[in-house]
Amino acid sequence: MRLEVEKLSVRFPTPTGVVEAVRGVSFAMGAEKLGIVGESGSGKSTLGRAILRLIAPPGEVRAERLAFDGTDLLAADRRTLRRIRGGRIAMVLQDPKFSLNPVMTVGRQIEEAVRVHGRTGRREARERALAMLEAVRIRDPARVYGAWPHELSGGMGQRAMIAIMLAAGPELLIADEPTSALDVTVQMQVLAILDDLVAERGMGLVLISHDLDLVASFCDRVLVMYAGRVVESLPAGELHQATHPYTRGLLACLPDIARPRRRLPVLERDPAWATEELP
Amino acid sequence: MIRVAGLEVGFGHGRRRVHAVQNVSFTVPEGASYGLVGESGSGKTTALRAIAALVPPAAGRIEVDGRQVAARPDRAFRKKVQMVFQDPYGSLHPRHTVDRILREPCRIHGLGDIDGRIGHMLAEVGLGPAFRFRFPHQLSGGQRQRVAIARALILEPRVLLLDEPTSALDVSVQAEILNLLGDLRAARGLTFLFVSHNLAVVAQMCERVAVMMNGRVVEEADAGQLAAGALAHPYARQLLQASRGYDRELARSLVRFE
Repeated sequence: MRLEVEKLSVRFPTPTGVVEAVRGVSFAMGAEKLGIVGESGSGKSTLGRAILRLIAPPGEVRAERLAFDGTDLLAADRRTLRRIRGGRIAMVLQDPKFSLNPVMTVGRQIEEAVRVHGRTGRREARERALAMLEAVRIRDPARVYGAWPHELSGGMGQRAMIAIMLAAGPELLIADEPTSALDVTVQMQVLAILDDLVAERGMGLVLISHDLDLVASFCDRVLVMYAGRVVESLPAGELHQATHPYTRGLLACLPDIARPRRRLPVLERDPAWATEELP
Repeated sequence: MIRVAGLEVGFGHGRRRVHAVQNVSFTVPEGASYGLVGESGSGKTTALRAIAALVPPAAGRIEVDGRQVAARPDRAFRKKVQMVFQDPYGSLHPRHTVDRILREPCRIHGLGDIDGRIGHMLAEVGLGPAFRFRFPHQLSGGQRQRVAIARALILEPRVLLLDEPTSALDVSVQAEILNLLGDLRAARGLTFLFVSHNLAVVAQMCERVAVMMNGRVVEEADAGQLAAGALAHPYARQLLQASRGYDRELARSLVRFE
């Protein structure tokens, strides 16, 4: 599995002018945990959607190269995209309340993913759905299989969502703030499930998050986005030695349990960050 | 300033009754900042709402400024105790301008020189006169939370009840709002009761913290103990460790507390 992105841009025409949500982003990744961090409006979610060609017109995606295992995603027709979306590249969104179908039981939703991408029979799909629920550490898979989304807690719903996305055995998972709505202990358990999947199945994971500490401790590599561009790219373990003033500013303004300060440093934004030449 | 003893709050009846807050007691001296932390469903917000008399307590005693909080408190109590909510998008009237949002509490409480007060209050929360006639949708999340703080403080309360005031904001904006709250507390001698799921935010803002779980306070600690990680209750320790970032081994060893 290899994802290659070169000079990717996303533009939205609006009545007041063109908004460039993503501007010339380049990276390549394999079976690893790649974190994309930034504040709201930095373009990180738009980038995740653009990879799956989920930007609806009049939004436009342009890139010198956007390839998944050699398949050019920008030139791909609808049939090819249908096979890739949810099959080889899956996406988990922030809030299970909005991304699960409220009028379908959890089990049926997992089966749907299995049957669309795997061409299996009903019985086999059911077994696979139960196995998926078990894989995301749901204690009583049979109960959750028959449950409606409104009957599940946030953590359960997010696990069910991940089970749906993993049912087709994707090679790449794009997770957009998958744990932001969850309590810290539940967040940790959901991340551990994703961690195991990367380690055991050789899956690639793009984790989009605003939480710098989380990304630093969980991912292998981090891209820091500001105003639609990647301003810094570095190994996650070295995030705390970041050199770009934006990354440093973001880290500095986080409150620290071990070191309460009278006042927190405030991020002073330099307009040059949006336009400067990047290494 | 705030004294809570044996507070119980429940919802529903009979077998389906949920005991949201069970035997909670704590005291917040005047001018202090006290934090309530816990995960969702721990009862921290319900305890806060009981102090604001927004939910009726089933048992126990709540005193603010030496007086027991009545089931239907008078205007003087409302003026003394104000609240700031989590969601700056939901807590401001979408069709009222900032001016009207700030004017309404002044009118209800019969304050004089309303125009002067609004101008001063906006300046104090770092919003210039240009913001006065804007609607909430014309403001960013941080600016809206500043308006919500201005609305609470324009009545010159002595106690501020804060329910996750920065959880919906970016970290850079969170830092600005936390600094603003700290400055206002120092300038006005306010007493804070601060509810958050974020231990780092509470450690930054509060001198004393109660950790809640399933409706009960399992541990009370001061800022120094929290900073040193010197917590005794296993749930409180687990929460503290989990807030330090992802840890594969910790994820495996997490325990569910019932």
